[in-house]
Amino acid sequence: MSIRTLSGEELLLAGTAACPGCGAILALRLALKALGRKTILIIPAGCVSVSQGMAPYTAVKVPVLNIAFAASAAAASGIVEGLDVTGVFGVTVAVWAGDGGTADIGIQALSGAAERQTDFIYFCCDNESYMNTGIQRSSSTPFGAWTTTTPTGKREPKKDMPFIMAAHKIPYIATACSSYPVDFVEKTEMAKGLRGTKYVQVLAPCPSGWRFPAEKTIEIGRLAVETGIWPLFTIKNRKFSLSLTSERLLEGSKRRPVREYFEAQGRFHHLSDADIDDIQHSVSTIWDHLGQINNEDLF
Amino acid sequence: MSTYILDTGNHMVGYAVRATRVQVIAAYPITPQTPIVEQLATMTETAKLKAKYICVESEHSALAACVGAAYVGARTFTATSSHGLAYKHEMLHWTSGSRLPVVMAVVNRALGPPWNIWVDHTDSLSQRDTGWIQIYCASNQEIFDSIIQCYRACESQDLSLPAMVCLEGVNLSHTLMPAVLPEQHEVDAFLPPYKPLWKLDPEDPGSAANIFAPEKYMKLRENLQQAMDTAKRGLSNVAREYSHHFGLPHLGGMVERYRCEDAEVVVLALGALASEVKVAVDQLRMQGHKVGLMRVRVFRPFPTDEVRELAKTARSIVVFDRDISAGMEGILFTEVKAALFSSPEKPQVAGFIVGLGGVDVPGFQIAGLVEKCLEEKVQGNVIWVTGV
Repeated sequence: MSIRTLSGEELLLAGTAACPGCGAILALRLALKALGRKTILIIPAGCVSVSQGMAPYTAVKVPVLNIAFAASAAAASGIVEGLDVTGVFGVTVAVWAGDGGTADIGIQALSGAAERQTDFIYFCCDNESYMNTGIQRSSSTPFGAWTTTTPTGKREPKKDMPFIMAAHKIPYIATACSSYPVDFVEKTEMAKGLRGTKYVQVLAPCPSGWRFPAEKTIEIGRLAVETGIWPLFTIKNRKFSLSLTSERLLEGSKRRPVREYFEAQGRFHHLSDADIDDIQHSVSTIWDHLGQINNEDLF
Repeated sequence: MSTYILDTGNHMVGYAVRATRVQVIAAYPITPQTPIVEQLATMTETAKLKAKYICVESEHSALAACVGAAYVGARTFTATSSHGLAYKHEMLHWTSGSRLPVVMAVVNRALGPPWNIWVDHTDSLSQRDTGWIQIYCASNQEIFDSIIQCYRACESQDLSLPAMVCLEGVNLSHTLMPAVLPEQHEVDAFLPPYKPLWKLDPEDPGSAANIFAPEKYMKLRENLQQAMDTAKRGLSNVAREYSHHFGLPHLGGMVERYRCEDAEVVVLALGALASEVKVAVDQLRMQGHKVGLMRVRVFRPFPTDEVRELAKTARSIVVFDRDISAGMEGILFTEVKAALFSSPEKPQVAGFIVGLGGVDVPGFQIAGLVEKCLEEKVQGNVIWVTGV
């Protein structure tokens, strides 16, 4: 697959209420290309619950159930069983939630649905804060990042949702980034073809919340991957595999210094040289570990 | 051939759900509702009920799953109690705002702290503003009947409302009572398969519940209120049709009247507490007092007309609340007075708080309290009765 062979059908129409340069709305557009028309989306409170447009209009060309913040994975369970019992087959059920809706308030319902091996795809569109309410810290906000509720920078590390989901022994987990459309679409297609719970966490740079110019969204996403801050990988049937883009970064010298990623975003401007050195060190440690588990069964 | 059985209120819920051919059940166990989920899970696993049972991880998810299933056109059911209902609160609004005919059994139980597993009506009454129909049952037979009736009424297009069928914890949920189970084909004839007005369908895509302008939001809430008004007639009609169809006695639609014809004093109460009031009414009648009972069967929508009708003949109304709105008074007491406010006749109204958290309220005690009202003309006060 290449960027030229992606589906030309747009199931997310132009004219959304998203901010200029929004990585999340780009990610949704790409995901829908892979999911296709026979999809039902469940969207809890978050950026996309607003940016899809105001009723009776919508930018989304597949059916959408907007649902309460904590309820998305449970509502998906109901839809999956409801379709089955009413004899409707071949429909992909997918949740499109933000990182707060996933790692914080929605984690119980997500964990429950995953444990029940509910046949659906759960997308965590990760812009690393409560952006819809105006940039408040979530458990998916990275260490050091400024938000309106961490005015001097978050002191705790980012919650590791992909590995939490791996502990549920679900068939497929993937990380992706809106700056790598082919990789993300391929992973979504893979998820669509498997039965059971599939979890895809797509990093979506947010110009408004991360404090960078709107035209830099793709560049910032690429920096997240190329510095090794955001490794792209899959865990398929418990086997961990770095994606090609990230696998070549196993050699430390291929990774760009994390400083480039931090200096490009206002949310990290207060970080000291010592902070950045610490983060650089922890990234190296994480990659040592990724090298050990690459192409291995996790459980 | 109907089946005559002796069984608990909880099991009557299961039999009724099976008879309605519910398609998706999502429920989470909580005392004293647990036998309902055990029975329904067993029925689905043994294929006695061709439904999907979702073993959800919480009450909030139970109702969220019902909402999802109902949005794709499935007939859905859940059951809960006390803290579970409180935890469902957000999704109660989501269900009624979505106009989905989900039916839920609520086994009334006190809210903690401290922990208490006994009967109290405050759990469901404190959900009165969530846009759900609320029916309070006085017998195990009525539990069965009400669940069947609710699906028929709630799925009608002019209602499209969710309903709670409430039964007292322990007093009904765990008490054996005789009941009649009709034949499946009789239920099928009374309750056709669910046909939703609209559903989530990739062949005809549309969005549900996305952000709406204030004026349109308000219009939707006005529609909800109109549906509730329509439900007064709808529920009464369905109750009458039900008794006619199954050859069962008609216990009443919005209210059940017991020895009210010439009553000068009428007692109002909910559920099985009202059954106990019947004992008191009989006792007081034997003593020569003209006392009757009007059991409020449907609490939402509220039987305002029936209460006002009462004011024309009764000189005194006595309300028994097994609930409390702290800072005000008994919840039924407030509602009854609100209904009477615009009535030209103004009977005396007295209110008692009884039986919270499972305190026993025997008939002779109720009779004594009503007698006190006859003598002392208790008016407007809230009187706490904390035990016999």
